[in-house]
Formats: sequence, C-alpha cells, structure tokens
Amino acid sequence: MSTLELLALQPPGWGGNLLRGLANSIQIAVGAYGLGLAIGTAGAYGKIYGGPVLRDLLEVYTTVVRAVPELILILILYFGLTDLVNQILVEMGRDRIQISGVIAGIAVLGVVQGAYSTEVLRGAILAVPHGQIEAARAMGMPAGMLARRITLPLMLGNAIPGLANLWLIATKDTALLAVVGFSELTLETRQAAGTTKAYFTFFMAAGAIYLAITLLSQWGFARAERWARRGEPAVAAGAR
Amino acid sequence: MIAFLRPRHRQVLLVAGAALVAWCIHALDWSWLPAYWPLFLRGIWATVWLTALTTVLGLVLAIPLGFAQAAGPWFLAWPALAFCTIIRGTPLLLQIWLIYYGLGSLFPQFPWIRQSDLWPILRQAWPYAVLALTLSYAGYEGEVMRGAFKSVPRGQLEAARAMGMPRLTLFRRIWLPQALRKVLPTLSGETVLQMKATPLVATITVVETYAVASRVRQDTFIVYEPLLLLAVVYLAIAAVIVLVFRHFERMVPTRTA
Amino acid sequence: MKTLILAAALTLGAGAALAEPVKVGMAPEPYPPFASMDASGKWVGWEIEIVDAIFKSQGMEYTIVPVAWDGIIPALTSGQIDTIMNSMSITDERLRTIDFSDKYYNTPTVIVAAKGAVASPDAEGLAGKIIGVQVSTVHQNYAEKYFAGSAAEIKTYQTQDEANQDLVAGRIDAVQADSIALDAFLATEAGAACCELVGAVKDDPEILGRGVGAGVRKGDDALREAINAGIKAIRADGTYDAITAKYFASSIYGD
Repeated sequence: MSTLELLALQPPGWGGNLLRGLANSIQIAVGAYGLGLAIGTAGAYGKIYGGPVLRDLLEVYTTVVRAVPELILILILYFGLTDLVNQILVEMGRDRIQISGVIAGIAVLGVVQGAYSTEVLRGAILAVPHGQIEAARAMGMPAGMLARRITLPLMLGNAIPGLANLWLIATKDTALLAVVGFSELTLETRQAAGTTKAYFTFFMAAGAIYLAITLLSQWGFARAERWARRGEPAVAAGAR
Repeated sequence: MIAFLRPRHRQVLLVAGAALVAWCIHALDWSWLPAYWPLFLRGIWATVWLTALTTVLGLVLAIPLGFAQAAGPWFLAWPALAFCTIIRGTPLLLQIWLIYYGLGSLFPQFPWIRQSDLWPILRQAWPYAVLALTLSYAGYEGEVMRGAFKSVPRGQLEAARAMGMPRLTLFRRIWLPQALRKVLPTLSGETVLQMKATPLVATITVVETYAVASRVRQDTFIVYEPLLLLAVVYLAIAAVIVLVFRHFERMVPTRTA
Repeated sequence: MKTLILAAALTLGAGAALAEPVKVGMAPEPYPPFASMDASGKWVGWEIEIVDAIFKSQGMEYTIVPVAWDGIIPALTSGQIDTIMNSMSITDERLRTIDFSDKYYNTPTVIVAAKGAVASPDAEGLAGKIIGVQVSTVHQNYAEKYFAGSAAEIKTYQTQDEANQDLVAGRIDAVQADSIALDAFLATEAGAACCELVGAVKDDPEILGRGVGAGVRKGDDALREAINAGIKAIRADGTYDAITAKYFASSIYGD
C-alpha cells in the first residue's frame, strides 16, 4: 500500500486508529492536567500557608515524584492504585470496582503533574507583590475572596509559562501509558506500524500529530499570557 | 542536620518514616533480592553510564545548536530551531522507537550495511539508545543554551572586538565561558530529567535498571517490591546527581575569579 | 455432557460477580494469526473467535480488555481483568500464581532463523548466535535453560512482533516461538525473504507447559468451570473444528 492508503481514515487505512488514539491521548492529557492543577493549587497553598507537618509531607511528595522516572510512577500507581482502591472496597464489604484505563491514566498522570504544578504555582504565588495581599487583608477581605480576586489573577501571568510547559509535558507523558497497554496515540501507532511494517510512515505521522499539538498549544498559551499580563508594565512582558 | 531535626514534628515524621520502611522490609517479599542483586548492579551501572554519556554528548551538541540560534545566519539558525522544536514537541518514547525500529526496517533494503565493519556495533541496541537520548538532551539543552548565549552582555563582546580579538578566541574566551556559567545551575535539574528518561530504552532491549526490575516481575510475578526498589534506586541516583553538581557549582566561581 | 454444562451453568448463576461481562485480557500488540487488531479497531484471529464461541456456548457476556503482555498477570490478580485468553501456556511456574482452565490448543515450539544461519534447533546449532524471545514466555525460560550456555546472547522483547522485526533487520540470528505464530511470520513477504524454519525444539513439558489455557484468578472456580465447559461444548459440537479450518490446514488442539 502507498503511504496515503496506509494513512487513510477508513479501513484498511490506519488513519482512523491514529485519530482515535489521539482522542484518548487528549482526553487523558486534559484530565490529568486539570487534576494536576487542582492538586497543585492545594499543594502550593499548603506549602505556603500550611502547618509544618503538612509542609514537610508536601515536600516529600514533590521531591519523590520529581526524582523518580514517570514510567515507574505510572507502573506503581497503575497497578497499585487500582489494587488499593479495590482492597479498601473489599475491606468495607463492598464489591470490587472496575477502574477504566482512562480514569487510571488520568489519576496516575494527575498525581505526577500535581507535584510539578505545586512548584510552579508556589513560585508564582510568592511572586505576587506582598503589599497587594496586605492591602486586601487590611480592607478586611475574607481569605477565599482574597485568593479569588487578588492572588490567583495576579499570579496567573507569572504561572502561565510554567503551566504551558506542564501541559506540553502532560501531552507527551500520555505516550508512557503505551507501556501499560492503554491504547493512546503512541500504542495505536506501534500497532499500525507492527501490522503493516511501515515503521517510518507511522512513527513520522504520529510525530507530526504530537508536534502539531505542541505548536498549537504554544500559540494558545502565548496569547493567554498576553491576556493575563494585560495592564502590567511592558517591561515585565519583555523579560520573558 | 541538627537544625533540620530540631522541630518536634520532624522527629515524629522521621520515626513514622522509619516505621514505614521497617514495615516494607518486614511485610513485603524480598526473597528474590539476593538472586537478582548482581543483575541489579549491572543495570544500575548501565543507567549511570547512559545518563553520563548522553548528557556529555548532548551538551556538546547543544552548544552549536544554541549558538546557531542565538547568533548564527538564518540558514544555520533555522534548522537548529526546527531540530529543537521537533525534539521538544514529540514524546521521547516515539523518538526511541522511530530510531530503533524505523532504522532497523531499513537494513534489509540496504544489504551493504550488514556487510560493513560497523555492523557488529549497529546490530546492538545501545547505540540507538545513546543516539536517541543524546538527540533528546541536545534538543532541550540547545534551547537553554540559546538563551544563555543571548544573555551575555553585548558590551563584553564589543569590548573584545574593539581589542582586536579574533572571532574564535572571542567565542572561546568570552562568549562560551559566560554562557556555560549561566547554564550551570540548570544542568543539575536537566541531568536528573535525563536520568529519568533512561528507563524508556528498556523497550528496545537495552538492559538497564528498569529492565532488570521488569525481569524480576516477570520471573516471579512479584509486582510491587521490584518497583519500590526501583523508585529507591532512582531517588538515590537523583540525589547523587544533585550533590555532584552542587559540588561543581561551588568550585566554578573560585576557579574563574 | 449436558449435565456437566448444566452443572457449570448452575455454579455460574451462583457467582454474583459473573453477572457482569467477563473481562478477557488480551495484549494489544499484534500476535497473528491468534489475536490482533485490524485497522478498524476490531479484534480478529483464531483465538478471538474461539473466545467468542466459548462464552457464547455458555450464554455469557464478555468484553476484551487490552492489557500489555508484560503486566497481564498482575492485571489479573489485581482484578482489572477476569481471565487471560491470550495464548498463555499452562506451566507449573504460572500455576503458583494463577489457575488455568483446560488447554484449548497445543502446538510445538520451533526455531526460525536467518537463511543459512542456524543448522539445527539445539544448543549446538545455536552456538554463538543471538536468539530473540518474547519476554515472560515459556520460550524465554526454555531458551535460558537450554541455549544460554552456548548462544552469544538471549534478547527479550516485549512482543513477538518486535523480535520478528529484529530478525528481519538482522540484529538477531534466530527467534524461538510457537510454530503457528512463526508460520504466519514466514508467510509474510519480509519473513519469506529473510528467514527459514529450522525445526522444532526438543519438548520439555515442565518448561514448555501442557498447552494453552485460559488463566483465571486462584479460587475463581466458577469462571474456570464455565470456560472448561465452554471448551468441551465447542469441541463436541464442531464449532472448534469449523473455526480452526478457517485458519489452519490441520488441527492445532494437539492430542
């Protein structure tokens, strides 16, 4: 078959499989990124305002996750997490539940992402001028409103470059789920390549898809940063 | 160290941590460890040399890649930028498979490759692992080097030029050393990232630490213990990398001052 | 026969967990002609049809869950899947961790090598050669017991497909695997161009096992009995032979 026939969207072409894999990859990347941001926001606040015990525990979490290869974390969490959840359920006298590949993938990558976004967000929050927060406190603003109205909007500009990087890492880390047999883009690619023996064609095609995601995301995040930094002096924008 | 241990909660946490480790040693199944320990040592050695070699080679490649983007003419800057973008924009696992299986699928079409003197090396897996990891490191570090070359103050370069310094000397004495010093603090983190990428080459039959742990898992069907040991081994290697670089960072200013 | 099936059906009804579809674990990497996925994402192959026939005969629902071969036994023991029906040989070593149904096929183990590279399928013929096997298979254990002494190296691959690919590339001299899987490889254009069948290895039931069965969790007797009844049923009513005839020239049940 020619390259075009191999990549055709309808069978016997494998293009449709790649796109299905892509949909899975994006689903997991988005879910893991969201979960990571939630963990990261809580973690960053915990590291800055939490008690000493919480701070130390968070430090252990971020250090371990950032020093151990993602592949190994994924394997530990992928097998361990589902096993643990089921053991707890059985202890409680309930039935085992089935944890789908998508949920497990999101949970696993989310925990990894959470460690990185904790650090990114912590740095960004600390970069918010302290006077702004003091002023809001002096006005008697409650803590929740302070976070929503002052800290989070002001830190966004500082955080976006780091968060953009994390999103790119999230999209690429979904490829690691291929090793546990989850059919995302990379595994679909390997299946197509293995079956048709057209290794170059399919690996190149998948590379082009990942690259397109990266370039699109970079463009989007650049716009987002410009938006988040609106009203800031131009010097700050030029520094990056 | 003593200051670190002074708060009461740290002592409690340490005791809790020690109890957890003790429980892991006691309650989990480590009976396989003596039989596989020699294999593990060989795997760890492979991880270490893969990390070290590809970091050094990658850095050597990153210097021209960064320089071309920072100060090169467009016909050098443009390919360098494209290379860095492609490497940074695609998963390493895919790159490794492309290099190993993609190149492998070409061999039958070009029989002279198998007749060449290089074949005994080319048929092994590690050259492809080294190539893939080196290119990856060069892609990421090239981007960092670009920023470093750009951040060297123009005045320094102009002054050197005004003194009539030849271009090569200027690069060697002024531009490169200053850029490298800028990069040094990021190197430790980048090297840890590179170390964390090495388990991926186990998928192309290179036997390193992760491959040994998978082997244990497959031979004995014990799942968690080898993975836990792996996590500890990689944590230890990461700690050593950070300490070594901290040592270097302390040395550098005194030598150049 | 009938009573046996009925008895199995009764035990089946007793196990509440079986009300849900049985999750059958399959490695997603292609393993033709037994199990692979085609371009439309559909599972095809001899084993896929047999699995379908076994569960249909018992009136049971099932779904195929893709799990990497490397982690397929942990996936079974941790409950992500209920059974492995993926050309897994019944061996003593595996029986320590999981249970097996009766065998549903049994084929010889053979060596395929680059043309002219290997003279005989034994330690002498493979002396100084590089052998490729799929990781965590009976073939890996066999090669390590019989060929490790004389062969230059035994390389392990995540999938048989990758080992075949490296044989084509010339990175290894020979592969050892199931005869049917390697026949299919030799029938491909790349396989026919590079390689030849050397022959079957000397049997060693202790390592090579007693045929291929469905792996189930220890103690999951209801499912094991149901699968056994299914195998008996499709063997008896001719379904098994009809499916086999679509793929192979002769029976692969191996009496």
